[in-house]
Amino acid sequence: MVFLNLALKSLKNRLLPSVLTVISIALSVILLLSVERAKRAAEDGFTQTISQTDLIVGARSGPMQLILYTVFNIGNATHNISYQAYQDIKKNPAIEWTIPYSLGDGHRGFRVVGTTNDFFEHYRFRGDGKMELQEGKNLDGLWDVVIGADVARKLGYKLGQEIAVAHGVTHGEGIQKHDDKPFAVVGILKSTGTALDQSLYVGIEAVEAMHLDWKDGAAPTPETAISADKIKKEDIKIDQITAFFLRAKSRIDTLRLQREINNYREEPLLAIIPGVTLSELWHSLSYVERMLKVISWLVVAVGLMAMLIALTTSLNERRREMAILRAVGASTSKIFALLVFESTLLTLAGIALGFAAVMAGTAILRPWLEMEFGFYLEGGALGPTEIAYLLATLVGGIGIGLIPAYRAQKMALKDGLSVKT
Amino acid sequence: MSKLIEVRNLQFRYTNATHDTLQIPEFSVAKGERVYLYGPSGSGKTTLLEILAGILKAEHGEVRILGRDLTKLFEKERDDFRAEHLGYIFQSFNLIPYLSVQENIELPIHLCTARKERLQGEDPASVLRHLCTRLGIITLLGKKVTELSVGQQQRVAVARALLGRPEFILADEPTSSLDMDHREKFLELMFELCEQNGTTVLFVSHDRSIQHLFSRSVALDSINRTEKGR
Repeated sequence: MVFLNLALKSLKNRLLPSVLTVISIALSVILLLSVERAKRAAEDGFTQTISQTDLIVGARSGPMQLILYTVFNIGNATHNISYQAYQDIKKNPAIEWTIPYSLGDGHRGFRVVGTTNDFFEHYRFRGDGKMELQEGKNLDGLWDVVIGADVARKLGYKLGQEIAVAHGVTHGEGIQKHDDKPFAVVGILKSTGTALDQSLYVGIEAVEAMHLDWKDGAAPTPETAISADKIKKEDIKIDQITAFFLRAKSRIDTLRLQREINNYREEPLLAIIPGVTLSELWHSLSYVERMLKVISWLVVAVGLMAMLIALTTSLNERRREMAILRAVGASTSKIFALLVFESTLLTLAGIALGFAAVMAGTAILRPWLEMEFGFYLEGGALGPTEIAYLLATLVGGIGIGLIPAYRAQKMALKDGLSVKT
Repeated sequence: MSKLIEVRNLQFRYTNATHDTLQIPEFSVAKGERVYLYGPSGSGKTTLLEILAGILKAEHGEVRILGRDLTKLFEKERDDFRAEHLGYIFQSFNLIPYLSVQENIELPIHLCTARKERLQGEDPASVLRHLCTRLGIITLLGKKVTELSVGQQQRVAVARALLGRPEFILADEPTSSLDMDHREKFLELMFELCEQNGTTVLFVSHDRSIQHLFSRSVALDSINRTEKGR
């Protein structure tokens, strides 16, 4: 107890350097924990962009390409798959549900996805996250469009807004627009913090309908154009889709289904398990994470160095104090212990402050980060990695504290009771 | 009278020094004595005190205190011995600046349980209050040491040295920062308390004007045979 009292009062006596030391350790702890949490959030956000979907099926290409254009809106499909093949596979009794997915058109830089209401019904992200409407309703009429939260926010669209879809995904204004066939916004989705927020969703028939009067990839002339109101949803024959998601009735069937689809005779298909491909993709990106980790450990080292400097520079002015302690019977090893105790207290205070700041920061920033960046921070308790990091910092702090403690011991031994300055 | 301190054939040399600082064939202090040891600055007075306090270790000779030879003890044992049996008063700056007056006085009994046991079950707080009343510093207990005058600080140092009734006090010129009038009063008070507690005093100084207050005076030069001091 006398040690705690001595150490606390001695640190209080040197309040400014002590506080600065605590802050420097706290800052390094904040960085360390933030990088860890950001990494975890990024990884979760990444690998959980899609969940509960057992297979993603598209035309044969690379698994990375397939996952990038279906889940992340990156890149394009080189081939489509026939609607016939989709219907064929869908009949398999082992399948619980499927979601068709048609890509190719865009609206002011956002992607237009042709799908069905099954998408809103079945698609899941981040465990059991479901797409929900913020306002309006699901797709119904042929020219209905439901828009993602980011689309609504960035373009300022409200329900009832009429929009034209551009041919091909383009940034800014499209070159060729399907402005003869405008869509009406019927629903706006809630923010999900995933790429889902950056798409517009129309019926799969609408994609076909837009291109109904197109011939061989060329826009219709005024003579050949068919006006929007003459097209009926029931009349449309869907020819192709880009990909589809499927869920098997039992997880055991997944691999068998995957094999069957990959060996589909009628046309070359590719089925991938999204989780597997996503984690492969993540690991190929993880060098960034490793680099960040190295940097944050270096910052921790700098924080502990600040403590080393603060304690070491104070030693000289504390020689008198050491002599008094020696005179009343403290051994040099007690003086060593006192100094180690001080650095332990400083490190603990720094860790506690840093941890508290991270917890408070997470709580305060979470809604904003989620909203603005789709960054889903895990809040609350410490994970085992974080505990390990904090313990490592503590051990590092105690270890660094041995240096001034050793110096103080040597000094006390040399000085004895008279401080020869 | 039995001996409290017995030094025989003591020889001490600092590491890397070319000659001995101390060579003392024989020196002793009896229990209850108040010995005045004088010598010029740099004659080795503080070195002798540090040897007697067990801070420095003499490689040759015997340094027997309360019958125990300090030269035969390990560093840790000497530290414990000092904590239990000794009070030490410095010339100045006796107090730890960030502790209160009371915490400074209590330091020895908190650092060493054997010292605390010397109170024989008496309440430390009441012993401390009694001691401080006698020294006239009772009103200062809650103060910061930096608010105290030099004379007050030295009296606080006496209270700390005496708490737990140690067998002996080593004082290294504790009066040199006081003026003449205060020196005598300070010493008279200190001796009175030492006498009540049965505490022996070894006091070193270069100031011979207070010599008459002691029961015995010794010149360091007369016991130290070394050719030249440090």
